[in-house]
Amino acid sequence: MESLSLLGEGFAGAFSPINLLWVVLGALLGTAVGVLPGLGSAMAVALLLPVTFSLDPTGAFIMFAGVYFGGLFGDSTMAILVNTPGGSTAIATSFEGHRMAQSGRAPQALATSAIGAFIGGLIATTLVVFFAPVLAEVAILFGPAEYFALAIFAFLASASVVSDSVLRGLGSLIIGLILAVVGIDGISGTQRFTSQVPQLFDGISIIVITVGVLALGEVFNVVFKRREAPPTASKAMTGRPFLTRREFREAFPAWLRGAGIGVPFGVIPVGGAEVPTFMAYGTERQLDRRRRQPAFGRGAIRGVAGPEAAGNATAGTAMGALLAMGLPTSATAAIMLAAFQQYGMQPGPLLFERNADLVWVLLASLFIGLVVLLILNLPLAPLWAKLLLIPRRFLYAGITVFCALGVYATSAALSDLLLVLGIGVVGFLMRRFDFPLAPVMIGVILGPLAETSLRNALLSSGGDAGVLVASPITWVLYGLMGAVLLIVAYRRVRSRAARDV
Amino acid sequence: MTPPAPASPARRLGRTILGAAAVLLSLVLVSLAVVDASSSASGASARNQLTLIAPAAAGGGWDSAAREAQQTLRTHGVVNNSQVVNVPGAGGTIGLSELSGLEGDSSTMMLMGITMLGAIKINGSGVDLDDVTPIARLTDDYDVLVVPADSPYDSADELVAAWREDPAHFAFGGGSLGSVDQMIISQLASRSEIDPGQVNYIAHSGGGELATALLSGTISASVSGYADFEDQIEAGRLKALAVSAPEPVEAIPYPTLNELGYDVELTNWRGIVAPPGLTADEREELEAIVDEMVRSPEWSDVLARNEWTDTYLSGEDFEENLRAESETVDRIWSELGY
Repeated sequence: MESLSLLGEGFAGAFSPINLLWVVLGALLGTAVGVLPGLGSAMAVALLLPVTFSLDPTGAFIMFAGVYFGGLFGDSTMAILVNTPGGSTAIATSFEGHRMAQSGRAPQALATSAIGAFIGGLIATTLVVFFAPVLAEVAILFGPAEYFALAIFAFLASASVVSDSVLRGLGSLIIGLILAVVGIDGISGTQRFTSQVPQLFDGISIIVITVGVLALGEVFNVVFKRREAPPTASKAMTGRPFLTRREFREAFPAWLRGAGIGVPFGVIPVGGAEVPTFMAYGTERQLDRRRRQPAFGRGAIRGVAGPEAAGNATAGTAMGALLAMGLPTSATAAIMLAAFQQYGMQPGPLLFERNADLVWVLLASLFIGLVVLLILNLPLAPLWAKLLLIPRRFLYAGITVFCALGVYATSAALSDLLLVLGIGVVGFLMRRFDFPLAPVMIGVILGPLAETSLRNALLSSGGDAGVLVASPITWVLYGLMGAVLLIVAYRRVRSRAARDV
Repeated sequence: MTPPAPASPARRLGRTILGAAAVLLSLVLVSLAVVDASSSASGASARNQLTLIAPAAAGGGWDSAAREAQQTLRTHGVVNNSQVVNVPGAGGTIGLSELSGLEGDSSTMMLMGITMLGAIKINGSGVDLDDVTPIARLTDDYDVLVVPADSPYDSADELVAAWREDPAHFAFGGGSLGSVDQMIISQLASRSEIDPGQVNYIAHSGGGELATALLSGTISASVSGYADFEDQIEAGRLKALAVSAPEPVEAIPYPTLNELGYDVELTNWRGIVAPPGLTADEREELEAIVDEMVRSPEWSDVLARNEWTDTYLSGEDFEENLRAESETVDRIWSELGY
């Protein structure tokens, strides 16, 4: 195959001692910013941009490759250990991952997430190597009507995280939607919930919301517990630090399912990698309910494996979309696009012809980055888990500092620090009164996607609602939704009937 | 809530230590801040320490212009030390109001451009460019009018004719609300006897997204930066019909809208401004710094690498130019009802 030999040349270009040093450096840096709440790989790449001016392009891209995946490897660490996700892609991982940590299985959860991230990234990057031009064609199939169908589909697929108490779940969802619409409406220019404060004109960044609701809210919650609980992991960490064969067998299908869900999402710009992580979580939870011994709610390894693989698979194909289409489908990809342009490369249909040498080296270094990250992160898992031995007051004080640092470093705006405090209080109150947190994030992520795509679809058709169901893709999506709803309704009715007898 | 259990002695000690540490830390920070503020107030000169404000987040157009300028100033030895500070938000107007508050600060400049003029008008921001000191116009980016390769329109005239028939059903794509893309489309509409308020404009967040929307048939035509479409045009997936520029551009081999009789010549220009209340000497010094930068070979490399066109204007010329551009932009947005 031609791709294989080109990739071989790419590996030859990437495998020099100095380049390996860059990729390790990038991987370490990426993991570090991923672990810290609020800091993400997007910001790490942005901060590195001026630094890499002095590197040759190959070195710079190899380092970016490490940072790119590193952020996704790192962001689940704090999510699992202390329930404060480092980034929005780790939110879904935190639900079951943190429960695993609470029951003393932190190292296993971390290992599951690292292997999941590796598998997801590996599958997606391999697909990009062989099918990058095809990926570009897939992107063209999606217009706003398809995005809208997809957003509704994702709402339904992740609705299972809402369903413990419908009223509270909907309440949380509405909080999320309210936070999401703050700012100047990008279509009409109308100000919504801004109170004429210019700092709110651009809306509230998802980083501020994630850090506030999930990280700071958790900190306040711990602080206001009347008695200091012993460190979470003071019960002996059970089992070996790595996965047993049984755990591995349990997680393996979930990794593959997660990767399968994540791959297509990288190509289409629908709110980054959060949507597939929630969908993977929802899928695993649905599948779990049908098993004889449901494990969700008590620390299910599949609940970690699925979302992690989905997140990294999305990141992998997102790189493909960036290279083949110049389509930045995530914040990190958008900054990588700026990096490409600084080195005189214009991602798009001609990139593979014009800058073939660089592109293949970049693809090869993505593989190297994944392997390096796996090697770095597996032994680190039991070490990270030791963090839980730190007395809570020190641990959470540290988290608070890093939350503030992360938010400030991203925007350099004092107003964001005030916002994150306010949203943190909201997150705390929600925890106190038993409101689920996941629907807030689902509202924040899917709400704007559904709104903009619906309005853009109607705009492009001149107000004809028929455009929403005009393409085969929308038929398939709505058909699937209808089928799922019917099955669920049928089962409800039947189980009720069975009970009544 | 029941009253909390009495704290154990060890815990109380821990609290005391933590409290003391916090007080100490804040004292150190405050004193450092005071020292910092006094040193910056006592006349750091622009040649020594220059601050460039990028009124946008890292990775955007103004940010990269600021960082390229910083790099050039340093390597060419124009200033000893320069730093870029990002003040993002509200189309750059947050950065603008911050700059207007730095009255008399002769060691700070800010990148800006035509979209900031639009944002001032749309946001109804209290501060405008009369509140700062114009220094220079630096670069231009040219927008092109493109359609998908299989589009029925082979010229701007054909496109405009179809557009005029049914403007509300003709989906035109461009950058985000307030972008120069939207201004050009709106001006093209009014030159073609189409009510700009009728234009069906669909905002997108970048060139890649626009190209995808064109190829998927979501929008019928688009106006946006040439660099974003160049490869798609060359690969034969998009057709360029015209370029928005005052004069024909050698690197962009398409007729200008002017030549086609539409009298549209808006470009995506970037410039640099300084705080208000500068003395004539201070202003001259800043202009000299920018002048040296623009004339350096390093800056030529920057222009070539980013495909920016040099449209350097300084002092009075820029002030006059800025006034004219502001009027044009204000008129466009007034027509659109802002």
